Amino acid sequence: MQEVKLVIDNLEITVQEGTTVLEAALQNGIYIPHLCHHPDLKPAGICRLCMVDADGQMLVSCRAAAAEGMVVKTGTPAVEKVRRLAVELLIAEHDAECLTCGKNFNCKLQEVTRFVQIDRERLQELKASERKPVDNSHPFITRDYNKCVLCGICVRTCDEIQGAGAIDFALRGYATKISTFGDNPLRESACESCGECVERCPVGALLPVGFQQPSREVETVCPFCGTGCGLFLGVRGDKLVSARGNPRHTTNKGRLCVKGRFGWSFVNSPERLQAPLIKKDGRFVEAGWDEALDLVAGKLSQYRGEEAGVFASAKTSNEEIYMASKFARVVLGTNNIANVAHLCHANTVRGLLPVTGSAGMTVPAWQIRESACFFVAGCNPTEAHPVIGLEIRKAVREGARLIIANPKEISLCRLPHLRLPLRPGTDAALIMGMAKVILDEGLLDEKFIAERTINFEAFKKSLEIFSLNEAEEVTGVSKDLIREAARVYASSKPALIFWAMGITQHSHGHNNVWALAHLAMMTGNYGKPGAGVAPLRGHNNVQGATDMGATPAWYPGYQLCPGYELYPRFNKFSSSQEKFEKAWGYKLPDSPGLSTVKQFNVKAKGWGGAAMRDLQQKIKAWYIIGADLVNGVAESGHVRRSLEEAEFVVVQDIFLTETAKMADVVLPAACFAEKDGTFTSTDRRVQRIHKVLEPPGKAKADWWITSEIARRMEYSGFDFQNPGQIMDEIASLVPIYGGISYERLKEEELRWPCIDKNHPGTPVLHVDQFIKIEKAEFWPLEYIPSPELPDEDFPLIMTTGRTLPHFHYNMTRKVEGLNKLCPEDFVEINEIDAADLHIQSGDNIKVISRRGSVVSKAMVSNRIIPGVVFKTIHFIESPTNMLTSSEFIDPMGTTPNTKVCPVRIEKVAIRKLEGLGEK
Amino acid sequence: MYEKHILICAGTGCISSGALDVEEALIEELKKHNLQDKVRIIMSGCHGFCEKGPLFIVYPEDIFYCEVTAEDMPELVEEYLVKGNIVERLLYKDPTTDKRVISHEEIPFYSKQMRLVLRNCGVIDPENIDEYIIRGGYSGMKKALEMEPIEVVNAVKSSGLRGRGGAGFPTGMKWEFAYRSQNDKKYMVCNADEGDPGAFMDRSVLEGDPHAVLEGLVIGGRAIGSDEAYIYVRAEYPLAIKRLRTAIAQAEEYGLLGKNIFNSGIDFKINIKEGAGAFVCGEETALLASIEGERGLPRPRPPFPAVKGLWGKPTCINNVETLANVPLILRKGADWYSSIGTEGSKGTKIFALTGKINNTGLCEVPMGISLREIVYDIGGGIRNGKKYKAVQIGGPSGGCIPEELLDLPIDFDSLTAKGAMMGSGGMVVMDEETCMVDLARYFLSFTQNESCGKCTPCREGTKRMLEILLRITQGKGEPEDIPRLEKLAVSVKDSSLCGLGQTAPNPVLTTLRYFRDEYEAHIFDRRCPAGQCKDLLTYYIDAELCIGCRACIKACPAEAITGEKKEPHVIDEAKCISCGACFDKCKKDAVKTK
Repeated sequence: MQEVKLVIDNLEITVQEGTTVLEAALQNGIYIPHLCHHPDLKPAGICRLCMVDADGQMLVSCRAAAAEGMVVKTGTPAVEKVRRLAVELLIAEHDAECLTCGKNFNCKLQEVTRFVQIDRERLQELKASERKPVDNSHPFITRDYNKCVLCGICVRTCDEIQGAGAIDFALRGYATKISTFGDNPLRESACESCGECVERCPVGALLPVGFQQPSREVETVCPFCGTGCGLFLGVRGDKLVSARGNPRHTTNKGRLCVKGRFGWSFVNSPERLQAPLIKKDGRFVEAGWDEALDLVAGKLSQYRGEEAGVFASAKTSNEEIYMASKFARVVLGTNNIANVAHLCHANTVRGLLPVTGSAGMTVPAWQIRESACFFVAGCNPTEAHPVIGLEIRKAVREGARLIIANPKEISLCRLPHLRLPLRPGTDAALIMGMAKVILDEGLLDEKFIAERTINFEAFKKSLEIFSLNEAEEVTGVSKDLIREAARVYASSKPALIFWAMGITQHSHGHNNVWALAHLAMMTGNYGKPGAGVAPLRGHNNVQGATDMGATPAWYPGYQLCPGYELYPRFNKFSSSQEKFEKAWGYKLPDSPGLSTVKQFNVKAKGWGGAAMRDLQQKIKAWYIIGADLVNGVAESGHVRRSLEEAEFVVVQDIFLTETAKMADVVLPAACFAEKDGTFTSTDRRVQRIHKVLEPPGKAKADWWITSEIARRMEYSGFDFQNPGQIMDEIASLVPIYGGISYERLKEEELRWPCIDKNHPGTPVLHVDQFIKIEKAEFWPLEYIPSPELPDEDFPLIMTTGRTLPHFHYNMTRKVEGLNKLCPEDFVEINEIDAADLHIQSGDNIKVISRRGSVVSKAMVSNRIIPGVVFKTIHFIESPTNMLTSSEFIDPMGTTPNTKVCPVRIEKVAIRKLEGLGEK
Repeated sequence: MYEKHILICAGTGCISSGALDVEEALIEELKKHNLQDKVRIIMSGCHGFCEKGPLFIVYPEDIFYCEVTAEDMPELVEEYLVKGNIVERLLYKDPTTDKRVISHEEIPFYSKQMRLVLRNCGVIDPENIDEYIIRGGYSGMKKALEMEPIEVVNAVKSSGLRGRGGAGFPTGMKWEFAYRSQNDKKYMVCNADEGDPGAFMDRSVLEGDPHAVLEGLVIGGRAIGSDEAYIYVRAEYPLAIKRLRTAIAQAEEYGLLGKNIFNSGIDFKINIKEGAGAFVCGEETALLASIEGERGLPRPRPPFPAVKGLWGKPTCINNVETLANVPLILRKGADWYSSIGTEGSKGTKIFALTGKINNTGLCEVPMGISLREIVYDIGGGIRNGKKYKAVQIGGPSGGCIPEELLDLPIDFDSLTAKGAMMGSGGMVVMDEETCMVDLARYFLSFTQNESCGKCTPCREGTKRMLEILLRITQGKGEPEDIPRLEKLAVSVKDSSLCGLGQTAPNPVLTTLRYFRDEYEAHIFDRRCPAGQCKDLLTYYIDAELCIGCRACIKACPAEAITGEKKEPHVIDEAKCISCGACFDKCKKDAVKTK
């Protein structure tokens, strides 16, 4: 990059070539008034305030590049005159009630006005009288047209930053305003409620509803999805009052989605648990910690081994999950330790271990924009991982190719893309079709295959008996499309594959995952920036839950437990039982444990060989931390029944969830904002969370509660004063966290593996060799149809997912504004199916599966392919998992077959659903 | 073999005065007399003399009938075509001599004109490419394709042609910029978004001689190295669009457009993009944004379109009239062209004459002709013998030229020096009954409405100026309003983003310059000298004319009029609210204003 020298107001200045005159001035401490300039956005030259005299010519400095030898004067009489007029004209239109404005002292117009100096008399002359209506339709964003200076920053933000394009200039001349399509209220527009425009509005035209200035801000990490966006939470007194993105965070770069920016108020909810509750005579009674903990310790000491079950929470910190993992094995002597990953990405994690040695996202999130091609399969990033969605949007708008495999037309489909609208559950067939094309057309990376993989021939052979015709027949996607997708994927490098529940929530989910990984392997898309696989993790710390060994198969750090020889090449890695027995100082269980579904439905078929199928329900006591299993687990009737039949259930959570209601003792936990710790994001980055405020009432951090129970059961090794000490123990036992410490995390961006304190962390996985297994291994592929398919009685396939405003069942449902944005459950149904059933949008419908029936509302659209319906997962008023099945689980990952659930839909004539929208 | 050719003007003006009915009736009559094989009807482009439409010219005799109707057809066919007697009553009557004129060349409206760009308009069938070719069409293009691009650029440069869209930028120079911009793709764009109220020269050219524009585009493409053009034309010009489409199809069929034109190895494709009615889209950068499918907003320059234009590629944008000049320059040579006009402005200019003038219509005159010749010779003077006050030139962004400047030679530079501009060539003539403050208000309200709203000075500034003007015309003006208006106008002019805002204050500034006394009369005397501003009128009853019928008394809502029956009535000025009800009601014109 070349440098240019120019003179601004007699000051000689050197800047990089391409810098604008305005930036050059601002960088060097010379103020030039401006309103429509924003460093994140392309210059627009709208406000005309940054006019300068450059070599005798009037120039708009935000658009003009600094040129060698340029002589700029920022304050000539001509410049001052033009500038003053523009400011006067703006002020005249402006509702200048500054003292009552949320942007007071933080307003660009004030800054400009102070500099330009405005003539009071002239203002009076220019003053407009008309007041314009304020758009209050949106639960989080107020647009006051009386304060708008029409700088277009919101419009450009919506386009350039968010890629939503929900707003634009409308009308002409003096009538010009910022408007949604059709001038509808913001809430009814394509607005994604991200609030990026509010963040950038230079004046008080866009403000968060009920805005309160925080008295201090604390840096931490978002508690919703696994993207791991950095944020600053604002506190005022003992309440959380604001959230804003951390502009220095490399993943979100200051951006947040609607949940991250506006979804924090659940923390302040009066429904938060404030004291331990003990069920007496069927009713909860508040208790002190001593009473509750002694009761729990006493009860739990009666159950050991296969009689005990522990559930760790993917919402809690690594330290807390580690404690739960240790607690299960040491205190309760059981490998029955589970977490929600078993309902989602366990198929990815366990599936990929024998293939590439690790299931981590291969590259950091900030490298997404370096990819040339995205294969987005079975996921909806803009709704479920919105900031990652933004990165995809940005890259695609700059030319990257986009292939989308989804029965639903997700919002990424608004970008140029190639869509493969496959039938749910047929992913493996589709990907095998693509692999076959790559193979047949010689689009392979043969060097990579030869040098870095093994067993390619077996894989190749398995494709020989598979034809494109079969792929077309099974998936419903035409051969031509499959061919084109394969060619695009194989020829645009680096390519990155995204997937989530659409791939994994199948009883053959690991096959889908294998197929995707093989696609990347055969095209050499591993070990390079922007290349590889990106399984998008759903919870803020579900990656950590897997890392910390909250699973029967391994201790913290993927160090195997005895009895898990599912992966032949892993034989050379012996069980780590001895290592952990030594470290933890207790004998650890020898027998394998049960993962999530199996804990509640021992008859679930698929995993563990014939012997495991005839297990009897043996768990009599559960310690459930931060998970609403009654809503979360497929075929949730089993969970309800198991918990009802259990002898003792203790639930530790921040709300009295449906699951907590079934407990004998409920322990109130601190939420993410009330404690220190670390979360590990979907791209393996270990990040510090900081205590922002005190927990409500008597609530305590999960790590404290777990250790306190252990201590009261007289186990040693649980004497921690703070989470930092727990992290030190983790680092000493978990090689991939070996170099992680709170001290380093203050300054450094570390992604595991981070072996020791000098190790810089690993932004890109598998660079020289594949983790653990050195060479990636191809496996023969086979398409296995879903175990339950539609028939005459249940002719439609129900598939499930998230919506943008909500997370799961509890946190976001406690946020009034998010409930306004998405108030109730809906079932998306294709026009053709709807017409057959005489159903219209808004009709009350009954969704009936082989396992139960629930009532919901129809949303007729052509976004979903015929024969398939989409139902959200968020609403306990219409519990989706009453319908799903856990009869079949994946033999490797144990994930149930949630995404293919045959249903029948009937129109029902009820006026109002009881209880709907309340709570 | 046809014995006679009848040209019926089928420009939009004559069509709306009934030219299509005339055609239908004529066909019917010809059939009756079995003349359909002897008389050929040509629906031509605009003849320019719209005031007298529908126009009807018979060749070879060159007999000019005007204001013909379908009902005239039986007589015209019977008398003239069958019997050979000229139908006197349908001939043009010279208003000064009251004599009937037979040939259009004898009509002063035509005789002072120099019709180069309009040479084919009204003469050929615009939907027949052969007629264009017979009159030399596409020979300029052939020449250009045989020349080196830089030679074409130089030819246009030395002809002295300047852009007819408004600013008068030298066309050759513009082409040279685009020629010198290195890129694998370049675009020619024809700006046919004619938006000035009352201006319709571009429409007439497109309707009457579409091939001239196509030929101009190909020549431009050859010069700058472009193989594709867009014509951005108002959707309100359906006939122009239809004729352009026909012309493009015919030219493609003849190999004059498309792949490998004249076996030269050169390709050229022309697309039509219909505008959606925004005035600002006539501004070149807004026009480009609109073609790209964006909201039609101007973009700051630099970069200029010649460097980074349509879809970021070098683009040369020329106006319809400019492009229609180009084939002639190539055909007849730059020297011939530069011999016409003045030192700084070469060739001819088409003006749309409207307002308080006898002959409204389209006229093409050599640059340098005086305003007086246009108004009095071509335009036939002011209507109803009223006194000339001013001519507003250059559309809503133009300026007003007062009587003392009537002998001003019309060219780019002299108009700019006087605060007006050539603009696209709208020319509105005003007589003594036009209030100049109200006129400024009218034009400003147009530009204010059409401001795109992007930049502050234009969006807010024009609104504030308009508010002041409104106040003055309502008799609420303050002495400080004049300096206030001037200050605002100059600032808006200096700081607006695009040509629209930069020129919007022109009508205000020129009226302030030449008719300041009218502003002062409104403000200080609360009087409108032209008697137009309703709020400022004082009504009185002329006792001589009043017959005492009481009609005005009944009409007056303010009970300001008194008087006995059959006695002259009187208006009480103190009670009068200047609503004008009495004025409208009086059958004897006894209610007067002062």
